[in-house]
Amino acid sequence: MGEKLLMKGNEVIAEAAIRAGCRHYFGYPITPQTEIAHYMAKKMPKVGGVFLQAESEVAAINMVYGAASAGKRVMTSSSSPGISLKQEGISYASGAQLPAVVVNIMRGGPGLGGIQPSQSDYFQATKGGGHGDYRMIVLAPSSVQEMYELTVDAFNLADTYRMLAMILGDGILGQMMEVVNFRDEEPIVQADKSWATTGHGMKREHNVITSIHLDPAVLEQWNKGLQEKYRVIAEKEQRYELYRCEDAEIIIVAYGSVARIAKNVIKVAEEEGIKVGLLRPITLWPFPTKAFEQVIDKPRAFLTVEMSSGQMLEDVMLAVGGRKPVYFTGRMGGMIPQVDDIMAKIREIRAN
Amino acid sequence: MAVVFDRPHALVDIPMHYCPGCTHGIAHRLVAEALDELGIEGKTVGISSVGCSYNNYFYFNCDMIQAPHGRAPAVATGVKRSLPDNIVFTYQGDGDLAAIGTAEIVHAAARGENITVIFINNTIYGMTSGQMAPTTLLSQVTTTTPYGRDPKEHGFPIRVCEMLATLSGPAYIERVSLHDIKHIKKAKEAVKKAFKVQIAGKGFSLVEMLSTCPTNWGMTPLEALDRIKNEMLEYYPLGVYAGKDLEV
Repeated sequence: MGEKLLMKGNEVIAEAAIRAGCRHYFGYPITPQTEIAHYMAKKMPKVGGVFLQAESEVAAINMVYGAASAGKRVMTSSSSPGISLKQEGISYASGAQLPAVVVNIMRGGPGLGGIQPSQSDYFQATKGGGHGDYRMIVLAPSSVQEMYELTVDAFNLADTYRMLAMILGDGILGQMMEVVNFRDEEPIVQADKSWATTGHGMKREHNVITSIHLDPAVLEQWNKGLQEKYRVIAEKEQRYELYRCEDAEIIIVAYGSVARIAKNVIKVAEEEGIKVGLLRPITLWPFPTKAFEQVIDKPRAFLTVEMSSGQMLEDVMLAVGGRKPVYFTGRMGGMIPQVDDIMAKIREIRAN
Repeated sequence: MAVVFDRPHALVDIPMHYCPGCTHGIAHRLVAEALDELGIEGKTVGISSVGCSYNNYFYFNCDMIQAPHGRAPAVATGVKRSLPDNIVFTYQGDGDLAAIGTAEIVHAAARGENITVIFINNTIYGMTSGQMAPTTLLSQVTTTTPYGRDPKEHGFPIRVCEMLATLSGPAYIERVSLHDIKHIKKAKEAVKKAFKVQIAGKGFSLVEMLSTCPTNWGMTPLEALDRIKNEMLEYYPLGVYAGKDLEV
């Protein structure tokens, strides 16, 4: 049996990274994720790792670019405005096919916004906040336990596919404390990193890491390679949870902390004799379209709930493909959808 | 027959894309000779930047990374902190280092990051066709200062070596020039010293090279070399700005 500890979400991400073999962390302070940096600053020197407080988010992601080029497991973390600053580096790292983990503990926007929890960076994370045809694997934990497990998975997926993986959480998950059951040993994927720039030792041709290909035919081929990789991931790596969907009249689609609220809604609805289920995407990219195929025949409607104006809603509508009505309710700016609000929406849908 | 002059091993044997009379080729050769003579090509990781020299990864035989515009010192930091026993250098122009990358160079220097920076100052943006650089001299005509750089409109040129030398982090900073053989030989010594500083673990080293851009200056190669001597040296004095007494 592994350790069982009561820990804060942000700290668990940092601990999970270290357990996954990450020895390089570069970051810049921003609420509500700074505990990750605090934890790394304390712990990294004790495990022979590197914690460096960068001069900016821009510098931090470029330090990640360097460490990933050197073949190391590396992570940076931030919250929404800081993630916007990292988009340049995210695009370059995606273009150069570098594996690394980026954590976004979302807060309300746009602009400086606020420091309360939000899910309004869904588009940025899943559709490409930077320039170019690229994707990141986006993992959305819904508990502190999952923040641990998915962070370990993020490193493995990043290394396996030689690309960025993002942990997309929100201020609730980052700040809350729960019990975590740690494994004794992590399942660490040993990926081939013969492409890394580690010095050739006069024993091989020089390695080059770059995202520039001025010949359009070459750049198109490079892009085709990326798209083929993304196709494989979309096929193999979709993850989701289906909760009480078997005989549900309405299926809520929600991720992260909102999915926890949805589970409370299901209880309250049951007391009213309404059967509600939950489809919880765990990978936001690739979006779990397979989950919808499993349940599409059952409910009379889907209800997407988000702490945003309805961003994942677009992917839900694409997955449902007009076969069932899709409704939305949500809050913005750091306000949290309440069980009562969601119940009111469910009653409204049933009255239609 | 005895070979008296040859291409350094650290330089790939392919034609360079630089314009006739551009001093990038000389600067590349000096770096490559230093890697050869110090026997460090095999453990060196170079970081190219954005500008005319973006693809010098085709030319340098060591492992190379192409960095986003201005971010080479941050990328180099990531590499050096991952591979402390390797040698890491950046190769950056004046737009890259002194405009868009100002934060990255200042903080890499302030941290005393144990890397070597080769800084090419030709007072102009070359790749994007001759715009004003942070190092463009007063009255200099560029495509974005068509009536000459006017301090009231465009501010003053930045002296990078002097600015960075105010910090405690840098171990060695020197400004050299590539306008004639005598100065090129001095430049070679400076590059070698900068790498030796890194090998000895002394910290941040930077060599600024006063360079030409005949194409965007609208000059012949020889006129361009004269411009360094007659116009640039006065505003950008040569010399050691940090680590004068440093022995390596």
